[in-house]
Amino acid sequence: MLKGKNIPLAITFIVGLIMIISFFIPHKPFGDIEQISLRWYSIIAGFTMVLGVDSLLGLHFRKIKRKEENWIHSIFLIAGFVMVFIAGVWGTIQYGSAFDERSFFTYIYNYFIVPLQATMFSLLAFFVASAAYRAFRARNVDAALLLITAVIVMLGRVPVGELISPYLPKFTDWIMEVPQMAAKRGIGLGIYLGALGVSIRIILGIERSYLS
Amino acid sequence: MKIFEKLAHIDRRYIYILIAVVVIVPLLMKPNLPIIPTKPVEDIYNYVENLPQGSNILISIDYDAASMPEQQPFLEALLRQCFRNKLKPVMIVQWQLGAPLGTQGLEKIAKECNAVYGVDYINLGYRPGYVAQMVGIGREIRDYFSVDYKNVSVDSFPIMKNIHNYNDFELLVGLEAGSTYLLWVEYAGGRFKQKIALALNAVSAPDAYYFYQSKQIIGLVGGMKGSAEYEVLEKRPDLAVAGMASQSYSHILIILFIIFGNIAFFVEKNRKRKEGGK
Repeated sequence: MLKGKNIPLAITFIVGLIMIISFFIPHKPFGDIEQISLRWYSIIAGFTMVLGVDSLLGLHFRKIKRKEENWIHSIFLIAGFVMVFIAGVWGTIQYGSAFDERSFFTYIYNYFIVPLQATMFSLLAFFVASAAYRAFRARNVDAALLLITAVIVMLGRVPVGELISPYLPKFTDWIMEVPQMAAKRGIGLGIYLGALGVSIRIILGIERSYLS
Repeated sequence: MKIFEKLAHIDRRYIYILIAVVVIVPLLMKPNLPIIPTKPVEDIYNYVENLPQGSNILISIDYDAASMPEQQPFLEALLRQCFRNKLKPVMIVQWQLGAPLGTQGLEKIAKECNAVYGVDYINLGYRPGYVAQMVGIGREIRDYFSVDYKNVSVDSFPIMKNIHNYNDFELLVGLEAGSTYLLWVEYAGGRFKQKIALALNAVSAPDAYYFYQSKQIIGLVGGMKGSAEYEVLEKRPDLAVAGMASQSYSHILIILFIIFGNIAFFVEKNRKRKEGGK
């Protein structure tokens, strides 16, 4: 009988099977069913944003209420969220799209979000340099090999490498296309075989941890 | 030997200052460094160059501002090439925060090349749900993009008259900061045999080399260097070429850090061993 946990297991089995069949036989009726399932998926994906917003705001409202450490930052986050949300809605009403170049939303994007994101990402350069200095040590043969390869690739991937020797970029390309790719391919095959195994286990109802 | 001890425990702020200097100074001085295009980049350039006039190219913006210095120069160089060859770019967005970047790049280059919206190019904007879209476009693009980024019906634009699914695109170009490209290769490439070219951030470019070797993608633009190579091929050196000098010198500095760090490490290790021997 279909009751309790059997219902989601049955849904998973049927939907999983339809998606597999429709990948190989994209004709009626599987193609249509797949299309409907994907539209549902798209709608659900849209709603995950609502869930995300609810979770984010809930967390920060609680922080403010309990006056937890750095609760003042949460006020900025909520104020920023409200401001960007209003700007987005207003831009859509006024110009048909929040991303119109005249909208205040685009101004916020260009002069707040872009520099902030770029700053966060560019900080990596400083951390990488500092980490390379402190942690990249030739402690054993493996580490020494990794270190030498990294130095060659770092030089070969920038124009200065060409100035040092025209063979350096070529050697770098060889490293990228042969040993690097062989290792990546091995790792990739392992990951995808693993993913395939887990997917089959989920479809067949053997793996049920997603229900808890 | 005290100097090596000091070197081993150098204040990280000095490292940060040096990095800032080697990034900023070359951007101001603009030294001329040789940029030789590599085969994966040339393959994309040549493929686009040989497309017949009027061909449609689907461009997917799958990055945000964090990857702007790596991806935006390639987007602009590619769009220049498209408009110069009378090709028709159709832009879609998978990363919501990339939508304004795509729009700005498209509008900037379209204006520069006197391209007309809805005739020579179109911007379909962002829709949620990667896989659904990728599979859906294989059937009918209007199922997901019935309106453009300004909510105007796509059927009101001449460019969309003959565009329905992947069969109507000569090439799909994915500008990628994350792992969305895996889905493009899997669904658009694997299932619908769509020709794909990828531009990936330098950090994730090595992951896509095997798709290039197995010919699942026609070419690969890796990071700012790839973008610089594309600018050189397009004979319009711009921001990526300018950025390569900074990247070159910062790489050299990091290599020097690694060398000094290792010298200090071995000297200190040797000293400790001698002290232990006493």
